[in-house]
Amino acid sequence: MSFKSTSTYIASDGLKIAVNASITLQKPLIVKGEPGTGKTLLAEEIAASLSKKLISWNVKSTTTAQQGLYEYDAVSRLRDSQLGDEKVNDIANYIVKGKLWEAFDSEEQVILLIDEVDKADIEFPNDLLQELDKMEFYCYELKKTIKAKVRPIIIITSNNEKELPDAFLRRCLFHYISFPDRDTLKEIINVHYEKLEDTMINSAMRVFYDLRNIRSIKKRPSTSEIIDWIKLLTIGKITAKELDGWQPGSGDFPYSGALIKNEQDLITLKI
Amino acid sequence: MFLDFFLILKNQGVPVTLKEYLSLLEALHKNVINQRVDEFYHLSKSMLVKNEKHLDKFDHIFGEYFKGMESITNEDFFKIPEEWMNKNSEKLLSPEQMEQIKAMGGLDKVLDRLKELLEEQKERHEGGSKWIGTGGTSPFGAYGYNPEGIRIGQNESRHRKAIKVWDKRAFKNLDENVDLETRNLKMALRKLRTLTREGKQEELDIKKTVKSTSNNAGILHLEMVPSKKNNIKVLLFFDIGGSMDDHIKLCSELFSAAKYEFKHMEHYYFHNCIYENLWQNNIRRHNEHIPTYDILHKFNKEYKVIIVGDASMSPYEIASQYGSVEHYNEESGETWMRRFTEQFNNVVWLNPIQEKEWKYTRSIGMMKIIVKDQMYPLTLQGIGKAIQSLLN
Repeated sequence: MSFKSTSTYIASDGLKIAVNASITLQKPLIVKGEPGTGKTLLAEEIAASLSKKLISWNVKSTTTAQQGLYEYDAVSRLRDSQLGDEKVNDIANYIVKGKLWEAFDSEEQVILLIDEVDKADIEFPNDLLQELDKMEFYCYELKKTIKAKVRPIIIITSNNEKELPDAFLRRCLFHYISFPDRDTLKEIINVHYEKLEDTMINSAMRVFYDLRNIRSIKKRPSTSEIIDWIKLLTIGKITAKELDGWQPGSGDFPYSGALIKNEQDLITLKI
Repeated sequence: MFLDFFLILKNQGVPVTLKEYLSLLEALHKNVINQRVDEFYHLSKSMLVKNEKHLDKFDHIFGEYFKGMESITNEDFFKIPEEWMNKNSEKLLSPEQMEQIKAMGGLDKVLDRLKELLEEQKERHEGGSKWIGTGGTSPFGAYGYNPEGIRIGQNESRHRKAIKVWDKRAFKNLDENVDLETRNLKMALRKLRTLTREGKQEELDIKKTVKSTSNNAGILHLEMVPSKKNNIKVLLFFDIGGSMDDHIKLCSELFSAAKYEFKHMEHYYFHNCIYENLWQNNIRRHNEHIPTYDILHKFNKEYKVIIVGDASMSPYEIASQYGSVEHYNEESGETWMRRFTEQFNNVVWLNPIQEKEWKYTRSIGMMKIIVKDQMYPLTLQGIGKAIQSLLN
């Protein structure tokens, strides 16, 4: 069982080895990198390539570690008790399972994606140390330990908004997805648009890299954005020639909105 | 197996732990990879390095350690940052510099020469050891290579100068090369966390609920409160360069601790005193200015302002128009500093110079008055006091 590039996702050697090491050692893999380099997509692709179920837990600023384990809905129990519902006698009816529990509960190995872990409060990763290490936790309400039947493959993504605690990092593997080089990018585009002509790809990539090379650009376009942009170009029937006329400084270009996300950057293009 | 490699990594400041080393051995034992150096490189990288800022250092050490083995060559590990290679860096050079570069045989030659010099310098510097410790061609935080580094050939001692810029990386960003010694600082800064209830009501207020339920003749009536959040907002200003070079380590520790500790934190750099422009990225400080007015307009007075600097300069730099050492400032530093103290309720100045020496530098006294006496030494105790004052 090992992870390889798929027909829709190009993985570098380093990434493949990191994923396979994480699977073998049963340790979570932290993936960092510029936005739009396919961090979240990675988990989906691993799931598809190993044909396993994907459970994703999207972390937000208000997410707590406990929500990933379970939540005890005391309020509806209280309400039910007032209404005299039979359900009320079993506390298990009011335990709402979180994503982690769901993953631990599965009979088959699943992929658990903890997406954008850095969005949550700074204590969030620390609160999950034991759970991710031992793959078990204790449920006080039910007075029992929930243990993973099969240790899930855990992929954690981070956008670097906050530093992660060392104790957390020590328990994980780490991979930094760097921005793809020209050849890899071309491969990635080819995977998405098989029928696209080479000249068109080359022209689009030329514009794209020129943009990325403008130093004063604040938000540099990323892989996912060029994919979207090329889609627009093909729908709009833009030809390679139209793109070739563009130079840094000559202002706007077709569907620039797909690559430039900031009004200051648009102004920069015109200078 | 590979214990030497592990120890060298540790000695050179890559924070690796025994547990990670054991996991690496386990991975090798379980045949995660074939017996090939490049696969071992990827594997050990993902198992031992947990932060992209150390990747570059790891690459260097790996390159040296496995020199000459199979497909790995030293060249691969000695990549010059791409920024040097792209057209834009050429734009930054003046016509004269371009001429000189041409005279030396083009940019490539210059870079080659630099590489050679760099290696020589390292050897001397590290006392004959071949390990490269401080270098950094990291494509990540790295804008470390100030375009000024290419200032080769401006005067007689041009080579030495270039090395100096490269090795010293005078204006390097503060978030690099910080070790794990920041825990104490984190603990001190933690005091600044104040948990406040704000925003959406999503937590059950038990006391009120019990009360209103009893008032309601036992029919449940819920009362909610917003949950507690750490809402402290911090603006950090760092003095950088010049006399602050002696305090880089301390400041970067503070920086890394602060970055970890606060959700809302913005940082800016200045030189000696705050004037009309600040910058966020030291390497681009000459072309990416942020007008100080923008900062004053953007952040409301809820933000706590922490300024870190030695406040050691000529008194003119604070008090006079055109007093700055770097540019013609239309308004004096004092005017700008006063705008800060007016705009923000809480402004403290942390000074890395020992408190007992403050009285020997006039500008420190002046600055202390401007910040309404809220100047504290950059020590654990000083930070504690500063935070007390920020909370008032």
